[in-house]
Amino acid sequence: MAVRLTKPWMTESEAMQHLHGHLGVFQLADADENVIYIGYAGGASRLGLRGEVSGALEAVSGASLVRVEITTAYMSRFRELMMAHIADHGVPPAANPPVNLGKLSPA
Amino acid sequence: MDLNLTEEQDMIVGMVRRFVREEVLPLELNLDPDADELAPDDKARLIEKTKEMGLYGLDIPPQYGGPEIDLVTRTLVAIEMSQHRAGLYAPCYGTFGGAGLAQLFEATDEQKERYLYPTLRGEKRGFFGLSEPSGGSDPARAIQTKAVQDGDDWIINGGKLWISGADRADFGLVFARTDSDKGRNGVTCFIVDTDTPGFHVRRIVHTLRSAHYATELQFEDMRVPASNILGELNRGFAIANDRLTRQRIPYAAGCIGVAIKAHEMALEYVPQRETFGAPLSTRQSIQWMLVDNEIDIKQSIWITLEAANKANRGEPFRKEAAMAKLVATEAGGRVVDRCMQMFGGLGVAKDLPFERWYREMRIRRIGEGPNEVQRHVIARELLGASLR
Repeated sequence: MAVRLTKPWMTESEAMQHLHGHLGVFQLADADENVIYIGYAGGASRLGLRGEVSGALEAVSGASLVRVEITTAYMSRFRELMMAHIADHGVPPAANPPVNLGKLSPA
Repeated sequence: MDLNLTEEQDMIVGMVRRFVREEVLPLELNLDPDADELAPDDKARLIEKTKEMGLYGLDIPPQYGGPEIDLVTRTLVAIEMSQHRAGLYAPCYGTFGGAGLAQLFEATDEQKERYLYPTLRGEKRGFFGLSEPSGGSDPARAIQTKAVQDGDDWIINGGKLWISGADRADFGLVFARTDSDKGRNGVTCFIVDTDTPGFHVRRIVHTLRSAHYATELQFEDMRVPASNILGELNRGFAIANDRLTRQRIPYAAGCIGVAIKAHEMALEYVPQRETFGAPLSTRQSIQWMLVDNEIDIKQSIWITLEAANKANRGEPFRKEAAMAKLVATEAGGRVVDRCMQMFGGLGVAKDLPFERWYREMRIRRIGEGPNEVQRHVIARELLGASLR
């Protein structure tokens, strides 16, 4: 499995057509595909990825694209994506609150 | 022989039990079911409480500032500490502190200053880097990471797999082959700072486990000073082996704690849940599951406490530790599985902790030496070294 998320980007309407109540992780991006938020739908999520993505798209200004990965290992995968983003950009995604993370240097 | 707890043990166990029930379990109601960390404020508050209880840093030897508590009592405490959702891999979310890497108690004075004391003060974290992609069950032969001497330094190349905590660590113990002809007597333990050029945490290895994920490491021409060798050159395997043996006792204790909690939940549930007009508790099939749980738990407790008692007295305990690990991990899996069955659909939902325990308990038959290796260790002790 690739460390970085490589699934195709979807618009909000495409996402709402395809997403269901699965557990998993997702990234939101601006129109230029710059990742501005990383989130997850965990076991406490009421409507899974569909609910979490919908809520995040509403809350994060400038977010117009989304891509998701369905996984039950959402907690470790979320941290991995955050650490990979920091390794690539030096900072966490702009809309993410601070999270206690380690350091990854993916190949 | 007195099988009762002493007054002091009874008091300590009671204190930890109350702590788990009154402090930890309520916080878990508001956490993600797969969470392995508390909010920083909550963690700080609970650490203050464990300090007030005199139980912070339980595994730290008294000469280094830890409480003077024997290994049997610490095992009883470990059984209590794991009785919550995250308890198997994050008992009480780390609020009892830890001793870090016990091997550092054997370090040189200079190494202790740089690594041990900061760890005990909570300023540094370490990881234990033994297993490799080539295998973890037979580390002495599987270690392919190589260290080659270059003046006063050693150059390390290779990689490690299934390493917990490396991404957040300040340093780690890395086992590398320093003599390719000597098998287990050609492995050396190096203390490696994680900011050393050539040290890389490449990825997280996603598993059934929710807490304390594993990572994969790569070392590229990583230069480590000879002064960072822990113990003696080519004697690293003894360090690793001692750790593996000692770790089996708390590893078993964690499984017992989860089994006790699952069993307790089932005992509360089956008299209330009715099917076909009668409580589940009136069904013989359910009663037998509860009986089997009780026997599994009791067997595991006594075998584990015997191992702790032998270790505490300074007697050889390799066979007993292997038995404890083997029995408790297998019994724990059976108990959680039976409890899930009794709870039906609720048992597999994330609303209750069984599904997490089920996933994480499965790993316990593999981690810290697969149970097949434990059987091999026990057979070797029974039949002598000829079995090698």
